[in-house]
Amino acid sequence: MAADFETPVLGDVEERPTPALACGAMAGSKSYVAAPAHNEALGFPGELVPDWQDKAIARMGELLGKYRSLQVFMDSCVKCGACTDKCHYFLGTGDPKNMPVARQDLFRSVYRRYFTPVGKMFPGLVGAKEFTRELLDDWFNYFHQCSQCRRCSVFCPYGIDTAEISMAAREIMDSIGLGQKYCNEIIGKVHKIGNNLGLPGPALIDNLEGLEEDLKDETGQDVRFPIDEEGAEVLLVTPSADFFAEPHVLGLIGYAKVFHAAGVSWTLSTKATEAGNFGMFIGNYEQMRKIAMRIREAAMELKVKRIVFGECGHAWRVAYSFLNTLVGPWDFLDPRYPVPQHILEVTNDLIKRGGIRLDKSANEGIVPTFHDSCNVARASRMGDFEGGQFVIPREVVKACVPRFVDMHPDTTHEKTFCCGGGGGLLTDELMEIRVKGAKPRMEALTDVVRNQGVTHMVSICAICKAQFTKILPYYGFDREVVVSAHQLVSNAIILGNND
Amino acid sequence: MTTVFAILFYAAFAVLVAGLGMKIAQFARTPAPLKIPTTPAPLTRQGAAFRVAREVVVFESLFKSNKPLWIFAILFHFGLFLVLARHLRYFQEPVWSVVALIQPLGVYGGLAMMAGLALLLLRRIVVARITYITGPSDYLMLLLLLGIGATGMAMKGVAHTDIVAVKAFFLGLMRFDIQPLPADGALYAHLFLVAVLMIVFPFSKLLHVPGVFFSPTRNQSDDPRERRHLAPWAAKLEAGGN
Ligand code: SF4
Ligand code: SF4
Repeated sequence: MAADFETPVLGDVEERPTPALACGAMAGSKSYVAAPAHNEALGFPGELVPDWQDKAIARMGELLGKYRSLQVFMDSCVKCGACTDKCHYFLGTGDPKNMPVARQDLFRSVYRRYFTPVGKMFPGLVGAKEFTRELLDDWFNYFHQCSQCRRCSVFCPYGIDTAEISMAAREIMDSIGLGQKYCNEIIGKVHKIGNNLGLPGPALIDNLEGLEEDLKDETGQDVRFPIDEEGAEVLLVTPSADFFAEPHVLGLIGYAKVFHAAGVSWTLSTKATEAGNFGMFIGNYEQMRKIAMRIREAAMELKVKRIVFGECGHAWRVAYSFLNTLVGPWDFLDPRYPVPQHILEVTNDLIKRGGIRLDKSANEGIVPTFHDSCNVARASRMGDFEGGQFVIPREVVKACVPRFVDMHPDTTHEKTFCCGGGGGLLTDELMEIRVKGAKPRMEALTDVVRNQGVTHMVSICAICKAQFTKILPYYGFDREVVVSAHQLVSNAIILGNND
Repeated sequence: MTTVFAILFYAAFAVLVAGLGMKIAQFARTPAPLKIPTTPAPLTRQGAAFRVAREVVVFESLFKSNKPLWIFAILFHFGLFLVLARHLRYFQEPVWSVVALIQPLGVYGGLAMMAGLALLLLRRIVVARITYITGPSDYLMLLLLLGIGATGMAMKGVAHTDIVAVKAFFLGLMRFDIQPLPADGALYAHLFLVAVLMIVFPFSKLLHVPGVFFSPTRNQSDDPRERRHLAPWAAKLEAGGN
């Protein structure tokens, strides 16, 4: 592995010792700054504007008035430190600015200096700081070392969510022309081509035809991958990585088989070829809404009755928690189904009702564990009961395999650790923080691999899958250890002769 | 001195009420445009209210987070609660029977509060991570509270003050009829520090007291698919047509 940094040494998952402070350890791990073209395509200034300080403070004031979360979180932190050892980026790097409260304080110091009486009169007393270029650089570094995973929020006595603050910080930086290349370039692609990967419609259609042929050879069945089919029952919106990256595409094949076996007509849309919504990562409501609007338009044009989302973490957060707000109401869809539905909700229902049948022996030799994706675990739900987002994926996976093992309880459910690549960090220049941030998850995985014979880790998020595929080798695992949930469904599902 | 303290307390009370009122109004006025409860979250509004109540009363998230810290925090806050309850008797005539009943507990409350504060201070000094995030105001806040506790307990345990006169002073303040305050150093110190606390309250991290009720990650119900949530500014954006 060619790398100019050391992969962390894994410890015992039981102990998970807190690292010693290593000041400035990650100061050098920087995102690329967006080029003027990337920024301007989204309506942001091309590069850092000369009066950036005034503009940034004005924008901060605006956001404080628009988001209760931001205002309350700025005022309520008591510096108790309960969050300090909860962030995977701190645990993996020891850099104190990766402690959630310290990350917040980069923002809070400016807030106090310009928006609070004490901060204006006695800045030194309350850590209020001038918004200097140096501080802005720290913002750019460390607000792009937060995957907006919300783990800190679970443990804070006031629910302070550093993700909200990172989003606000990124929104402010965009508004002064200091965007991050990765996110802004991708959002540009969504607007221009329709998805994060920049995969044009014809190439996609080609790709889907290829999949149909492969499946015909493999199963003898006409499993279809319909696209732009008006009048289908279901519009499937899935992350674009599902169209060709591995293991994502194996999940897509699983969705197609589920619809096929259950006899549900479905379609993709060339208009909404992306479930992901990076508008959330940059904290920009208008962008988020604009990206979500394609889904509404596609659903209307294709006259579908239901909308189903494929496996993706942040996409599911935007879909489950925000879609109704952003581009609802959904009164033109079938009211018997929640809008939107998660593909795992659909599959789970079908398994429970006997609408599809599974043969566990097809996954003989696979002993999976399950990685709860942060945005699914801490920012959304599945099913109609509290905590359904933990139960339903596990039920589906368990129905597909002979044996299932959970990882250490401090690393699952709402305490799950981020894969290390979420929130707009899935870019090569951030490899160091990505590898180091994966440490807590890798510790828990190593534990069940060594002690309980686990062979695979199921993920239900396009970013997690891409991240793990990249970083598993750093920790001595094969990249194929990470699998899609619907990949296991795909292996186990019984097609044809369903009587 | 009586006049000085009378003015000080009127001023402190005004600052506390006005400052806190303005902050609460600001929190209440600021919209929460998106549904962001930290999940799993209760599905109903009553459930969400109960969640907030658990945060306020038993510090549920802190318990999940850090057991020693939870103990220190509980010691301090419950101690403070008992002490405040005990102090109610200086502001009422006749004294409610519950207040009279828990009065003997107040002393233990004071001890618990002092122990909790001392442990919290020690933690700030000893644990490197916590030292890193601690600013001067964080130390000063603990010292202020310790000072209030120490002067209060000194009057209770070491040098008794004329509490009948103290009570007359405060009852008088409430009726705008100033009564003489006993000339006692410990009492002056105690009252001065309390007034300082009241004044800094709305400008400091003590805003976590109203804040905890307004935190969207805790007080929102988990029902975004069932109920469309739309902030006024977002609705305007929508109406603005795109
Ligand atoms: S847990 Fe919450 S209150 Fe405590 S330091 Fe962290 S953000 Fe601040
Ligand atoms: S949201 Fe996640 S990545 Fe960001 S500070 Fe909190 S724990 Fe760390």
